Order: sequence, then C-alpha cells, then structure tokens
Amino acid sequence: MDAITFWILAAILVVSSVLVVGQRNPMYSVFLLIVSFAALAGLYIQLDASFAAMIQIIVYVGAIMVLFLFVVMLLNVPTDDAGGEPRRMFGAGPRRIGAVLSAVFAIELALALVRVVSTPLPSSDRGAPVATVYDIGVKLFRDYAFAFEATSVLILVAMVGAIVLARKEAR
Amino acid sequence: MIFGISRELIVHLVIIVVVFFALQITAAVLVYMERKVAGLIQERYGPYLVGPKGLMQPLADILKLIMKEELRPKGADVILFYAAPVLSATAAFAAFAVIPFGADTTFFGFLDHPIHLAAADVNVGLLVIFAISSMGVYGVVLAGWASNSKYSLLGGLRSSAQMISYELAYGLSFAAVIMLAGSLSLRGIVDQQSGYWFGFIPHWYLFLQPIGFLIFLTAGVAETNRAPFDFPEAEQELVAGYHTEYSSMSFALFFLAEYVNMATVSAVATDLFLGGWHGPFPLPDGFEWIWFLVKVFAILFFYIWMRWTLPRYRYDQLMEFGWKWLLPAAVVNLLVTAGVVIYMGW
Repeated sequence: MDAITFWILAAILVVSSVLVVGQRNPMYSVFLLIVSFAALAGLYIQLDASFAAMIQIIVYVGAIMVLFLFVVMLLNVPTDDAGGEPRRMFGAGPRRIGAVLSAVFAIELALALVRVVSTPLPSSDRGAPVATVYDIGVKLFRDYAFAFEATSVLILVAMVGAIVLARKEAR
Repeated sequence: MIFGISRELIVHLVIIVVVFFALQITAAVLVYMERKVAGLIQERYGPYLVGPKGLMQPLADILKLIMKEELRPKGADVILFYAAPVLSATAAFAAFAVIPFGADTTFFGFLDHPIHLAAADVNVGLLVIFAISSMGVYGVVLAGWASNSKYSLLGGLRSSAQMISYELAYGLSFAAVIMLAGSLSLRGIVDQQSGYWFGFIPHWYLFLQPIGFLIFLTAGVAETNRAPFDFPEAEQELVAGYHTEYSSMSFALFFLAEYVNMATVSAVATDLFLGGWHGPFPLPDGFEWIWFLVKVFAILFFYIWMRWTLPRYRYDQLMEFGWKWLLPAAVVNLLVTAGVVIYMGW
C-alpha cells in the first residue's frame, strides 16, 4: 500500500515538474508547479512528517505560488500560443555549447543513477521517534535560534532591496 | 465481522459518506435559511410557494441549475475554465474532513472500542484546515483568469488579495488557541474545553479569548467572501465577480463551495472557541453532536444576519481594516496570550 502510494506520488511529482518547463503558457506552468508541490507534501506525509507537509502546502502552495500567479497575471506575459515560428532565444553558437553541456549532464546523471541503484538503501525503521511540532520548535527557537533570526533578517534585507530597486522615482 | 469486513471499517466508511452528504444538505438548508432570514429582516415572506412554507425551494433551485445550458465564453481557457469550480468545491469539502463533530462513541454497543467522530482524525488538524483553506483561493483566481472577461478577472484579483490579507489574522487567531490548548489537534483542543468554572460557566475558550473569537469571526467572513466583505462579487461593480461567466452546474459548484466554506468556518469556530460538543449541560452518551450542530447553526445564522444588516465596505476600507486594525489586534492578542501562558503557567 505504502509502495503504491509512493510510486503514484513520485510519478505525479516527476511528470508535473517536467511539464512545468515544457509549457508555453506561464499560467499552466504555475499550476503544474502547484501540483508538484502538493505531491511533494504527500511524500512528506509518507515519511511521517505531517507537520513539514502542511507547512509545505501553507507556505509554498498557499503563499508563494499565489504571488507567482499574481506576477504572471498582472504582467500579462505574452504566450507562445499565438502560432507562427517558435521564438528562438539563442543563436546557433550558444545552442551548440548548450547541446554539449546537456550531453555531459546526461552522462553525469546516468553515472549517478547507476551508483544509487548499486548501493542498498538504509533499512527504514518505522519505530524511530517522529519529529513533533514541539521538537521542531525547540530546535528552531533554542538550538538554532541565531541562524533562524539571521535568516529572517536576511530575507527582510532582500525584500527591502527588491522594493528599492523596483521603486520608480516619484519626485 | 460482516461479510469479512471489520465493523470499524464499515463505521468509518459510513461516517465519511454521512459527512459528505450532510455537508450538501447543510448547503441546501443554508440556501433556504438565507432566503427566509432575508425575508424576515426585510419584512417580507421569502420563498413560500414551492412545498410547505417554501421548504422545497432549494430543490427547485438545484433542478433549475441542472436544466440550464452550460455556456463557455469565447476565448476562455477550456481546461482551467472547467478545473476552477471543481477545485473550489473539492477544497471546500476536503477541509471539513478533519473536523471532529462529536465525542468518542461505540454507536450504542455496535463497536467494541469507542471511535472518534470525524471523517479523518489528524494530529495536525488545524494546519490541514489552514492549508486547504489557503488552497481555496486558486479556484477563484482560476475562474477569474480563465473566463476571459474583465469582470471575472477583477473579481478574481480582488478575492485573492482579500483572502491573502485576511488569512494572516485568521491564522494568528488560531495560534492563540493552540497555545492555550497546547495541541494542534482539533480533538485535543475540544477536550481541553470540557468542564465548568464555578460549576456553571462552561470551560470554553470564548471566555478566555474573546478578542481572538471576534478576530476569527471577522476574518472568517472575509475568507468566505461574504457580506460585508463580498467584494469579489460586488454586484453593482462587477456583475457577479469571478463567476460571472459560469452557468448551470459549474456555477452550482461555486455556490456549493461558498456555503460549504461557511459551514467549515462555523464548525472550526465551534471547535476552537465554543467547546465543540461540550454544552452548558451534558447530553446523553452518543448524542453530544447535537450541541455541535446547534452551535454551528447559531454561527451560520449570525453570518446570514450580518449579510442582510451591514452594507458593503469600500475596497480601500477593507484593506485598511485588514492590515491596520485586524492584523495588529491579532498580534497583540497572540503576544498577551503567550505572556499569560508562560508567566502564569496555564
């Protein structure tokens, strides 16, 4: 039962992630990305990390993707659906380099996969204590309090920076 | 064992089916209630022709919707246009799955061990509700975008901005209750509210968190896009908002989703603040869910009452209220609660 659910979720995750890149309409890309996040949350639940799964949905699906959606809807990105020749983004030279690079990447991936298959997976022990919200809270706010706060300041700085950059001179 | 299936499994399946249909019936009852209460408030009769006292009116509405032609505007995005109402309705029903609605029961001796009365009993129940309600916004945005109509798009944009703004206050009012109860499970929170102070005041979080309750109710109205916060479908400005272009059953799904969402918000409010199935006086074993039902419908009546009493705000007032008043109030409420929990050792 667990294995079937895992394979279904994994298939949804991989297929939708690949399709995200393949879409011509950015709206579809956003929704496929949401589907893949939801499948990922399902995998988290299978790992007994229901808190992480819910946070994944609340933060990514509920907040970040809504912003993506706004940007796509408001910027009105031209879609390639209109017909005619597909746009070529790069000239012939960069495309050749790209072909070589992707071939190298494919070989690397194949090698990595072979190694993964040959090493046996660590036996899953279901009896291990589950990380509760309490444990996560203690780790985050006691053991790693400084890193946690520093990250939040970093994100704030990035946000202020984005506003400063995007702001037009009003005066 | 019956036909090789354990009794527990049968009971679980029955509960799931019952919850699913009870929600649909609730939606139908709400449609009738809304019209009757509106009639009462506006000093007229409301529906009275179809069936005794107009009781068959919801059925007539559904039949009318089924008979209508399914229209799709030119230039609409076919897949997303039809996915939107499905998404809305699914999210609305899914959220109710984790809401417990009664004390543990053996169904009058049918089972050997008492089981929880809920479609799914999840440890992080509150987070599930929050996660699913944050997904509900997609149905609305999608409908607005895929319809290829300016009214729909404006309605969808307004709705998503409103839902995002009020979700923060909504979540923070949850958090205060979570701290008091020390649990993320809705059942755990309800169990904390059993018993009485001085023997007669029920041990409800309403009395410990009056401000939290008000914030929750207000944000809940905004979350469900009901008046006085019904900008997404402000008739005078946007025809009907995000579902302008929908007809027949796809419109019915949006309609259903709205009423099911109302029921969900009321049920969550009941579990969090009104003691769930713990009433002012105890009911016999196996009938505690009656208290739950009574409270949910009391809140639903309040929602309808508000809709027909208060005029719609202006859009900038809505945003100002959400960000400058409701959110700070929720943060202060959370901080005070946290201080009390830590220093007074509750």
